[in-house]
Amino acid sequence: MSTPAIEIAALTKDYPVGFWRKRMRRSLDNLTLEVADGEVFGFLGPNGAGKTTTLKLLTGLIFPTSGTARVRGRSIDDVRMHREIGYLPEQPYFYDYLTARELLDYYARFSNYSATERRARVERFLGLVGLASAADVQLRKFSKGMLQRAGIAQAILHDPPVVFLDEPMSGLDPIGRREVRDIIHDLKRQGRTVFFSTHILSDAEMLCDRVAVLAAGKLQGVGAPNEIVSIEVAAMEIFFEMPEGRALPAALSRAEAIGARHRLEVPEAELYCTLDKLRECEARILSVSPVRPTLEDYFIRMVGKEKAPVHALEGMAR
Amino acid sequence: MSAMPGIVAINTFREAVRDRVLYNLVLFALMMIGAAILVGQISIGIERLVIVNLGLSAISIFGLVMAIFIGVGLVYKEMEKRTLYTLLAKPIRRSEFLVGKYGGLLLTLVVNTSFMALGLAAALYYVGRPFVHADAWIPVAIYFILLQLALVTALALFFSCFSSPMLSALFTLGIYVTGVFGSDIREFGEFAKSPPIKVATRIVYYVVPNFHNFNVIGVVAHGEAIPVSLIWQNTLYAVLYVTLVLVAASAVFARRNLK
Repeated sequence: MSTPAIEIAALTKDYPVGFWRKRMRRSLDNLTLEVADGEVFGFLGPNGAGKTTTLKLLTGLIFPTSGTARVRGRSIDDVRMHREIGYLPEQPYFYDYLTARELLDYYARFSNYSATERRARVERFLGLVGLASAADVQLRKFSKGMLQRAGIAQAILHDPPVVFLDEPMSGLDPIGRREVRDIIHDLKRQGRTVFFSTHILSDAEMLCDRVAVLAAGKLQGVGAPNEIVSIEVAAMEIFFEMPEGRALPAALSRAEAIGARHRLEVPEAELYCTLDKLRECEARILSVSPVRPTLEDYFIRMVGKEKAPVHALEGMAR
Repeated sequence: MSAMPGIVAINTFREAVRDRVLYNLVLFALMMIGAAILVGQISIGIERLVIVNLGLSAISIFGLVMAIFIGVGLVYKEMEKRTLYTLLAKPIRRSEFLVGKYGGLLLTLVVNTSFMALGLAAALYYVGRPFVHADAWIPVAIYFILLQLALVTALALFFSCFSSPMLSALFTLGIYVTGVFGSDIREFGEFAKSPPIKVATRIVYYVVPNFHNFNVIGVVAHGEAIPVSLIWQNTLYAVLYVTLVLVAASAVFARRNLK
């Protein structure tokens, strides 16, 4: 069996809070997780859930209170582990007196490339993230989106097998988001492991092999996005129009009016009964479709229940 | 030896070079040296003494200002601006980062001091006095100033690892002033009747770097020679002290959680 790309065992982080009387606040609570080699793994959670803390722990920027983690078999304390990773922090900040080209050249120097190889890489990655035309502009003149692109370029510049991205879509316009999605797809195609945090759930649904939901520092569930969605109780959505001059019958008063149309969501068991009622009042049925709960629904439900961990999902965690 | 500190040092130097404040400081120091010429001209017969004295003092003071005010922000600024996040995710040890930052600022100070030294040489040349044998000790005095700056930078970097720039500047300046008057403080302790004061002043004398030995400006201005043994002694002292402070800084920074 191959070594997982990322192994996290009971990782916990406490921060001291308060000025005079310091007390500890738990930011990450006993996180245990494995991410397989080549997997795109989404880390979901609201602000303050512990996503960034986890990423900072994995990249050695902060130190765990307890627990361990390994990346490609190397402990996170081992500086050699850093050769295996690329990291994009949330809202990345760079040396603003450098140009994008100088910045990438600077970071490439830490990977011992020859000068020719370094220059070639810098040009290639500037092009990849769409910064070729702004290569000689100082970063202090960059927009948030451009900084994000520079951040992504520096994270993948040295072809790391494991890439950590903290909110990679943050600050990007729809085109930028699409480009980042393409980059993540490319990384996956190249067999790299991508571990990224996000609160943009549609991105996670589109990109991830598996996702984990974190709330208040605790892992709420892990699984493939479709597994998580499929465990939800499905509902049915009916769109219909009433004949002109005919009022909505009291039995269907729950229907929501959208212009001339109405939308009604009913449990699956009540579908035929509801359709019968609609036929009786000569309503024109436009569509009937199952409501597939999105990851967002799951996410909100999990976050709402964060104080009571979901045992039902424990089996899904690897 | 790892190339990592060198990479960080070059970038630190580039940051300083692109910082306009630095140019203002160098310009101001050169103006001070220029002013020394004017003062020298009205100091009949002691032109050389005045120019060398004021020139070397200007180099020392402005070097000190740069060492403290850039040094205290070396690590703190990287933490505050979060530029450290991407850097420390690269295969670089925290100690290598610190040594690199230190080396970068030292390189900046060497370059700036060299410019100011050239300004002083130009001032001496301008007053139309041919260089004399005693002037050969001026570079030694400048070398001692650089050793002082190396020590001050190391202290500023050390404080920068765990406190704000304001406090770091105060601590560094405090240690510098104490170090300049180290011998006087010890003498005061010896005269004191209270044994705790005696012990405290001795501790201060031995723990705080002795900056007094690096100050040969007056000696050089009077055209006197500097003993070669003092050059070795000061070099060794500075290297050892800087190493100790950098090791301490690395120990503090090694387990520091970034915000």
